Amino acid sequence: MIKLTIDNKIVEVEKGTTIYKAAKKVGIDIPVLCYMDLADLGIEHKPGGCRICVVEVEGRRNLAPSCSTEVTEGMVVNTHSIRVLNARRIVMELILSDHPKECLVCPKSGNCELQSIAIKLGIRDIPYQEISEMSTYRVDFSPSIIRNMDKCIMCRRCETMCNEFQTVGALSAVNRGFMSVVAPAFEMDLEDSVCTYCGQCVAVCPTAALTEVDHTNKLIRDLANPNKTVIVQTAPAVRAALGEEFGLEPGTLVTGKMVSALRQLGFKYVFDTDFAADLTIMEEGTELLERLSKHLKGDKNVKLPILTSCCPGWVNFFESQFTDMLDIPSTARSPQQMFGAIAKTYFAQKINVKREDLIVVSIMPCLAKKYECQRDEFKVNGNPDVDYSISTRELASLIKRANISFNSLQDDDFDAPLGESSGAGVIFGATGGVIEAAVRTAYELFTGKSLEKVDFKELRGMEGIRQATIDFGGTPINIGIAHGLGKARQLLESIRKGESNFHAIEIMACPGGCIGGGGQPLHHGKTEILKKRMEAIYREDEGKTIRKSHENPYIIKLYEEFLGKPMSDKAHKLLHTHYVDKKKRIIYI
Amino acid sequence: MSNIKVELKKNQVDKIKEICKSFNNNPGELINALHKVQSTFGYLPAEVQEVVSQEMDVPLSKVYGVVTFYSFFSMIPKGKYPISICTGTACYVRGAETVLQEFKKELGIEVGETTADGKFSIGCLRCVGACGLAPVVMVGEKTYGRVSPEMVKDIIKEYNE
Amino acid sequence: MSDYKLHLLVCGGTGCKASQSELIYENLKKEIGNEGLSDFAQVVRTGCFGFCEKGPIVKIIPDNTFYTQVKPEDAKEIVAEHIVKGRKVERLLYTDPVAKKTAGSTREIGFYKKQVRIALRNCGIIDPENIGEYISRDGYEALGKVLTELSPADTIKIIKDSGLRGRGGAGFPTGLKWELAAKSPGNEKYVVCNADEGDPGAFMDRSILEGDPHTVIEAMAICGYCIGADKGLVYIRAEYPLAIERLKTAIKQAREYGLLGNNILGSKFSFDIELRYGAGAFVCGEETALIHSMEGGRGEPTLKPPFPAVSGYLGKPTNVNNVETFANIPVILTKGAEWFSSIGTEKSKGTKVFALAGKINNVGLIEVPMGITLREVIFEIGGGIKNGKKFKAVQTGGPSGGCLTEKHLNIPIEYETLVAAGSMMGSGGMIVMDEDDCMVDFAKFFLEFSVEESCGKCTPCRIGNKRLHELLDRICKGNGAPEDIDRLINLSYVIKDTALCGLGQASPNPVLSTLEHFRHEYDAHIIDKKCPAGVCKALMTYEIVPENCVGCTACARACPVGAITGERKQIHKIDPKLCIKCGACLERCKFNAVIVN
Repeated sequence: MIKLTIDNKIVEVEKGTTIYKAAKKVGIDIPVLCYMDLADLGIEHKPGGCRICVVEVEGRRNLAPSCSTEVTEGMVVNTHSIRVLNARRIVMELILSDHPKECLVCPKSGNCELQSIAIKLGIRDIPYQEISEMSTYRVDFSPSIIRNMDKCIMCRRCETMCNEFQTVGALSAVNRGFMSVVAPAFEMDLEDSVCTYCGQCVAVCPTAALTEVDHTNKLIRDLANPNKTVIVQTAPAVRAALGEEFGLEPGTLVTGKMVSALRQLGFKYVFDTDFAADLTIMEEGTELLERLSKHLKGDKNVKLPILTSCCPGWVNFFESQFTDMLDIPSTARSPQQMFGAIAKTYFAQKINVKREDLIVVSIMPCLAKKYECQRDEFKVNGNPDVDYSISTRELASLIKRANISFNSLQDDDFDAPLGESSGAGVIFGATGGVIEAAVRTAYELFTGKSLEKVDFKELRGMEGIRQATIDFGGTPINIGIAHGLGKARQLLESIRKGESNFHAIEIMACPGGCIGGGGQPLHHGKTEILKKRMEAIYREDEGKTIRKSHENPYIIKLYEEFLGKPMSDKAHKLLHTHYVDKKKRIIYI
Repeated sequence: MSNIKVELKKNQVDKIKEICKSFNNNPGELINALHKVQSTFGYLPAEVQEVVSQEMDVPLSKVYGVVTFYSFFSMIPKGKYPISICTGTACYVRGAETVLQEFKKELGIEVGETTADGKFSIGCLRCVGACGLAPVVMVGEKTYGRVSPEMVKDIIKEYNE
Repeated sequence: MSDYKLHLLVCGGTGCKASQSELIYENLKKEIGNEGLSDFAQVVRTGCFGFCEKGPIVKIIPDNTFYTQVKPEDAKEIVAEHIVKGRKVERLLYTDPVAKKTAGSTREIGFYKKQVRIALRNCGIIDPENIGEYISRDGYEALGKVLTELSPADTIKIIKDSGLRGRGGAGFPTGLKWELAAKSPGNEKYVVCNADEGDPGAFMDRSILEGDPHTVIEAMAICGYCIGADKGLVYIRAEYPLAIERLKTAIKQAREYGLLGNNILGSKFSFDIELRYGAGAFVCGEETALIHSMEGGRGEPTLKPPFPAVSGYLGKPTNVNNVETFANIPVILTKGAEWFSSIGTEKSKGTKVFALAGKINNVGLIEVPMGITLREVIFEIGGGIKNGKKFKAVQTGGPSGGCLTEKHLNIPIEYETLVAAGSMMGSGGMIVMDEDDCMVDFAKFFLEFSVEESCGKCTPCRIGNKRLHELLDRICKGNGAPEDIDRLINLSYVIKDTALCGLGQASPNPVLSTLEHFRHEYDAHIIDKKCPAGVCKALMTYEIVPENCVGCTACARACPVGAITGERKQIHKIDPKLCIKCGACLERCKFNAVIVN
């Protein structure tokens, strides 16, 4: 243990602790900006670049960045001397001198870390304005993410997420000095890069340099159009996080309030993506069983493991980086797209609305979903199955805009028929959930027996890579789970090398699964929030009367009335897809 | 399959591959490899970086990040006669700035640009270590010492014949 | 060397090479061949003599004749007169600018008199491409001694006792640095030679590598032995092609002689060296940035600790020294710590190489004992200020240093005294300024450098230096406000206090030191809107003196913006609002009628 003094308080901490963390221990909250501690994800980003967190250490020539300076025995630290406060203010003024002054209309206003620190430091003036040049860049619009690097403060959190955590490598620091910025190669459009739209860069950006494409105004316009029938589907992870935007404790389930709010906003039907998640299990589970039984019969041509395909960030990732393995993932579409396809066929017929007049909106914890619904595979004659997707954050903004007092709303129920779901559909929102849902169904279909216990706790948790063997009535089934694309890469590389003996693998691009998606309320580094959301998801599951997808009566009805059986021709056409090789290849002239 | 159009001939791509291989495709030798590739092609256009990225298994954004960090690397082809004006301190105090201005005026281009005919480009470098000759100008490999603004026209003329 | 009676040493350093020294070498060889004296006199292409101002240089030994500013066509005369007839070619001898006397040998030249050459001991004497010549001057003796007689700890003790401190900048004790790396646990360690000389105006590392590459190789091997590393890396600027070539040749030769490779000199010690090229980033002189660059990434510094001695190249313990530091090592080991520490002062031992440049008569590379005064360096070795102008200031430490003035001329050159005076030793650039230099403009020049070379990682350097430069720029343009001075000072101190790496922290030094010593120049720019040295263009006004104007219209025709009016044979006038201060009128006027204020 090391003993030191911070602001006259004696602190005892373990060797290797930083001044910042030691100060925190005695209730001293040193402002940090570029620093980001995602302890639960194994990421501590401390480039020591912004210099906001500097403190005075006795006997040291210059100020020390508290986020990255380790404590030493007998160290005497002052976190608020005049020297420190002056330095901190000037550093902040410098950052602001190269930052657009448009807070009033900025999408991050009120939720911006730069703004909060400027407030905390009492900045009342931004000097140098009359002479200062700003570093300006082209604004880059992609289907999911907008990059406005004029607002970049070079904290480089996005770079860490994109490279270290996700191993996507779309973003890197480029240029030097005043013009240095985080950008794709050649400062090309994100759309042309290897970006997967996982949105983890957006989730950690302290300013509005990286934001989601905002569809709220478009949605308001559509809702007001009397010629359109606007329906909505909500993803499982949204209900476990939306409350945070309204000051509720993380982990508060707001399913009923959310439905109520959506109805007040004017949606004709409020449906649940969880319904489509159940449908996904039917298709993906059947596909798994098919491949499995062929494999067990000794068919060498069958590809195992089967990989889940619900996560669009993950799909984008393997389409550009693991193009030799495009035949391994399940061909099942994601729940969002299954919902869209069913809504614009089965449901449209039911309510007798033409496809073009039906607008399907999805509320997603995800930014890659915005891209996914624009994919050509999911369009019929140019009309998309899901018209557009808005994030949890955008929904919160809409609710606030509409003067809806969210916290005092009465609970409401989803509409039938696409609003009914099983607990299995709900747990899609957390890492391990999809495979657990699949196991619940596949086990029963495979063994012909009914499960006594539907909870597979061995599949749950926050470990980046998890594995478990489930006994399918004497046949051991090896299951792998990864969340975060960096972990996915590890698993894929082991498959490529032939080192794995998994039968099925679930992969989610975001930390914790969809609950940690790029479209969720910002956690501002408090990753314990993810765990709370996860608990909420499993609570919702437990509260459901139906816990298995194949027991959802509306799913059974859908197959009876419309699809026939899982993997039928019709199901194939509407509920399955193919993957595109997006790897850039060199062609010669 | 989405393809990028690479304006390279097969033998050029093979050459880059060969260079990368000579460094065992080791990402740690990225800078050494880029040096070699630049000395082969004269500059590092996007397509070339693309090949280096694939061969050395370094994300393209990282390769670009490195190329744009170091002033020695260029994505713009230099002129046939690259003019480098030393703007080190010794040359600066002996008038390098006015020499630079004169070159810019005479050629009508800025630092880092190449004349339309591809003949000349202007670059600045920091100290060639010939401070005794300050201010120093290099055209290709040839060094001119004690250059005055008046000499600029003649230097250009040497290469314009 | 000893088979010949005469040796003609031709400087093959970059400066002299740029003035056709290669051709001089060829011509001398040819002439000697023509005279049939090839067995009698040998022509040697050496490294830099240091006296670049007077290059190309040809030195003849044993009589130490020193020919300066030699042209290729002079070869014939040198051979015919000096070699054949034994008569010195008077017109090529060096003339002392003060005494107006020619110097027959180097001993009579002021430039060399006060120099003590340790790091440069072989530069300009041996053929750097011939390992035999290095060996004949006790080369690799230190390595042999260390490997056969001394333990790593003994060797480190000698280096510590010698008092040698890092010659690259901050002056960290070299022996201590080695000891830290030696004590650091690990089987895989690295020795790195920092040859990324970035200080614009300093070129000692280049000269050593060009003139005496083996000394660096030998020292690196010794360091490897001491810290337990079997691999060395030289991080060298790609802009130094000659140094790279000579270093490569030297490494090859050392391998052939068994001085690099496995089981060196029959010992259990193995060591080899690889090159890594820098690519033009000043910040890579900072050791953590250098290491990131060697690993193939952007050369951005990281916080220390961990120091490279604990976690450096590839995360392994690494010892980084610069070229000049290494060049001192072999001699210290052959001549002893006591000998070395007898040179210099109490806290700064040995010698330091400086690159003298700017408005000084003898531009060149010098090596002087620590403790010598600036006055001795500038006025005795440097031969005083060019064209009889008045000395104004000298900048040491490059963009990280500060300027020193008249009142500092008698302080001894040591690490601590220079810092106390507001500058620093740095890598050894020494730029002399005279009365014609504007100190505000000079500070702006260095800030421009710091802005261009900032890596962009930390706020104070990335944005702070940019703002400092903008403030200086507006002062130079005559738009400065009185409060700008306070802003400059406050911002400078905060940058010093908060920047991530040593380079960022030192970047405001030129501003602070010029503000301290030349505050009146700043005031003149801001309050009087005048540049006393007449450098800042925007503050100049061009005027026509009516008495001298004959109305020839030449100026009006030369003016690119039509700012000059006046009829033929009438007195002309310049409209200050239109004038862009290009100076075309001044250049054109034959009657001294155009004046600049």
